[in-house]
Amino acid sequence: MASIASAFSRPKYPVGIWNWATTIDHKKIGALYGITAFIFFLIGGLEALIMRAQLARPEHAMVTPEVFSQLFTMHALTMIFLGVMPLSAAFFNLIVPLMIGARDVAFPRLNAFSYWVYLFGAILLQSGWLLGGSPNSGWFAYAPLTATSFSPGSGMEFYAVGLGVLGVSSLAAAFNFIVTIINMRAPGMTLMRMPVFIWMTLITSFLLVTAFPVITVGLVELYFDRVFDFNFFNTQAGADPILWQHLFWVFGHPEVYILILPAMGIVSEVLPTFSKKPLFGYPVVVLSGITIGFMGWAVWSHHMFTVGMGPVTNSVFALTTMFIAVPTGVKIFNWIATMWGGSISMTTSMLFSIGFIFMFIIGGLSGVMHSIAPSDAQQQDTYFIVAHLHYVLFGGSILAVFSGIYYWFPKATGKLLNESIGKIHFWLTIVGFNIAFFPMHFLGMDGMPRRQATYAADMGWDLWNMVSTIGAFMIALSTLVFMHNFFRSLKKGEPSGGDPWDGRTLEWAIPSPPPEYNFVTIPTVTARDHFWEEKQLNINTPSDALEEEDGHGIHMPSPSYIPLVTALGLAVFGYGLIYSFAMAGVGAFVTVVGIYAWAMEPATAPED
Amino acid sequence: MFTNRLVKLIVPITLLCVLGISSLIGCTPDHPMSTFDAKGPVAERQLSLFMMILWIATAVFVVVGGGLLYTIIRFRDKGDGFKPEQTHGNTKLEITWTVIPSIMLAVVAVPTVISQFYISSPPDGEDIRINVDANQWWWEIEYPESGVVTANEIHVPVGKAVGVYLTSPDVLHSFWVPKLAGKMDIVPGKTTYMWFQADEVGNYHGQCAEFCGESHAYMRFRVIVDTEEDFAIWQQSQLADAKTPDSDQEKQGATLFITKGCIACHSIKGVPAAAGIIGPDLTHVGSRGTLAAGIMDMTEQNLSDWLEDPNKSKPGNIMSKQGIAYTNEAMALTSGDISNLVAYLRALK
Repeated sequence: MASIASAFSRPKYPVGIWNWATTIDHKKIGALYGITAFIFFLIGGLEALIMRAQLARPEHAMVTPEVFSQLFTMHALTMIFLGVMPLSAAFFNLIVPLMIGARDVAFPRLNAFSYWVYLFGAILLQSGWLLGGSPNSGWFAYAPLTATSFSPGSGMEFYAVGLGVLGVSSLAAAFNFIVTIINMRAPGMTLMRMPVFIWMTLITSFLLVTAFPVITVGLVELYFDRVFDFNFFNTQAGADPILWQHLFWVFGHPEVYILILPAMGIVSEVLPTFSKKPLFGYPVVVLSGITIGFMGWAVWSHHMFTVGMGPVTNSVFALTTMFIAVPTGVKIFNWIATMWGGSISMTTSMLFSIGFIFMFIIGGLSGVMHSIAPSDAQQQDTYFIVAHLHYVLFGGSILAVFSGIYYWFPKATGKLLNESIGKIHFWLTIVGFNIAFFPMHFLGMDGMPRRQATYAADMGWDLWNMVSTIGAFMIALSTLVFMHNFFRSLKKGEPSGGDPWDGRTLEWAIPSPPPEYNFVTIPTVTARDHFWEEKQLNINTPSDALEEEDGHGIHMPSPSYIPLVTALGLAVFGYGLIYSFAMAGVGAFVTVVGIYAWAMEPATAPED
Repeated sequence: MFTNRLVKLIVPITLLCVLGISSLIGCTPDHPMSTFDAKGPVAERQLSLFMMILWIATAVFVVVGGGLLYTIIRFRDKGDGFKPEQTHGNTKLEITWTVIPSIMLAVVAVPTVISQFYISSPPDGEDIRINVDANQWWWEIEYPESGVVTANEIHVPVGKAVGVYLTSPDVLHSFWVPKLAGKMDIVPGKTTYMWFQADEVGNYHGQCAEFCGESHAYMRFRVIVDTEEDFAIWQQSQLADAKTPDSDQEKQGATLFITKGCIACHSIKGVPAAAGIIGPDLTHVGSRGTLAAGIMDMTEQNLSDWLEDPNKSKPGNIMSKQGIAYTNEAMALTSGDISNLVAYLRALK
């Protein structure tokens, strides 16, 4: 077998599509994640715009209820699994090795594999639109509506298989980053000297590893019910549909912390840089993140306050949910204290991080409102929840992602995003966002349930629905402004140099864009914000010094076809699970051969 | 410089004003499904809890958000090369802003838990019991103590604690009448429970609030709160057999009801052939104010439209999929058939 592996020579494509297809460089993989995730963000946005157009008027028949149910299902799945999570992964990939003073992640080929599995899993999930119907039972896919009798067609198989495949991607990435962070920090960088973004990546990765197996169990049970007529969720056979809800939300709640902790990590880097002060209360912010990670396991049934679990259970989960607000609030106070007494530069990146704090205060407070279980019985399943979740996911995660993009785009490309266009982007986004989502609080308290394709004309919901739709289109416009800024700056953005922001962390100590090997010499770290400390002591850090092109004799891992091939095998396996077990067999065979070849292939080709 | 700063202040201040003002106009208790118009003790308790937390949350937002706004204005980069002190933290502050929110939450926790127990069962027991069996996409209501069976419209006497026992033979649904109480989900395979009491006579809107398939948006219902006397009268009339048809039109309609296959799914007490249990009981359908699960008023036109093409009013509904008048071309209803059926059904008061 080893001889078969070595019979295929390693890819050596200096440029072009094959260079990208065989890359194992974390920076390129980060770019791939970022671009792909943004495309899916646009698709998810389109799904939202269609829904908002449908809901702009009462008793509107722009789309049928069946299509509407596919739209709200896919909008959520796309935004969560194909948008926000991979955008976080883009940042993990691009920034983690640079911030910890490493040359790459622990397992570069596994890193590439994570990306390709994400891409193929994403295509699989979205291909339902073209192949006879997307999943249509909501992103949380409550049983027994997901049974074949109530949801015929293959939509829910796309759901089960698609999320299963995407889970492989997330798990691979999580393991990779845990090992990288634990093992590959520069000498002297103790855990308590790591940037907060690294801490949040680490906690998020642990959450991924522990949460995804839970939903995988549920997905396997759903798949077996649908394809092999099992009875996990079949009420006719005596099953309890609430089992699905527990399995889903035990995953689902840590999942929302997976969505927000990276964002909080980004903000924790941006705020100190543009305040010219270190993060206030670093150990407390770290501890809060860890606490949130643990407490996030104790709150899941707050999604189930109305299913009849009884007053004792409801009370317990109400209390745990209320108290998870404490570490979150503590973080917010520490961020404000970071800016207090500083010298604040209102760059676009900083504006987005400040906007994040404002929006997250609102989203967090509406979350506390939901935690009051008795009154949640009025709010659950209404637009009040839709308002809350968008304040924390868009007002939270997405705003932080934009902050991170404006912050680290120069590092990745060597060019600055335009600040004037950026300010327009920011203000359009924040105003449009609030116009779209604040009225949803009113609609919820006014009795409008969620996931309804239309509503009656005499309910009094017309005005706020129309206002919300206008806001949604403003967000669309703001996104176009961003895309214009992005492409324009790629072409003719102002050169940034290695350290455009007078940064504090190690990634600013190297050129922009970084050379393949990142650091000429791995630095020895003596403090938190080591780079900043060195600058204060006027120690020469050659961030813009000319780097010789000979690679300084640094051996980097070699590119490889295997991650792509193995991922492709997994994708074929996935489609096979939906359409043909013979196809699944072929896919599984390719995957297994791929893994074996992977094990036989050396990380660095001998001739390099 | 000055103009720039003013402009940068104007936008956030305007945003805050807009949010504040719109919050005031967002409270519309006169709307049919508004949770701000609590008409019974359960909804009132839930509303007062919400108002308490709303005021606290608003205060927190003003203080923290205001603090943030103040900070970013006061500590703006003034372009003077100011080098801030590199403060790392303050333990006293950390303890303070951990303890104070914890205390606030602990205080809120007390009425939360008390209220959770209050809404879970009526403190003085039930006065009347109803069984609600939720189907895709209509509601069957049974009064076990009296034997009344009806659909989509619930009558209750004012000022009495109503125990609601919820079941479903198909998928998850949720029973929600915002002005009377928060919702309770309906789980196939078990019975869930909630109670409410209506303290004011009236006609209250309800909707299914758990996604249950294609016609989820069209699964609505009404709770009609009568005086005790009116309720007793209603109950009596509901227990009676269906009115026998009077006019020729009604008689034709009665015959069509059998020959066009309606009896496969619908029951009419007093008509032995009409014993279908798949769809709503139609014994007194003419006495209801709405039809097709609360989506239309019970008018001649609406009932005609419904019978002509149920799928148009309620996409995916089972009548269009299973009724032989809709699946079999040969059995289709003519407009004459429809007028007769309408006359018959509207007379079933």
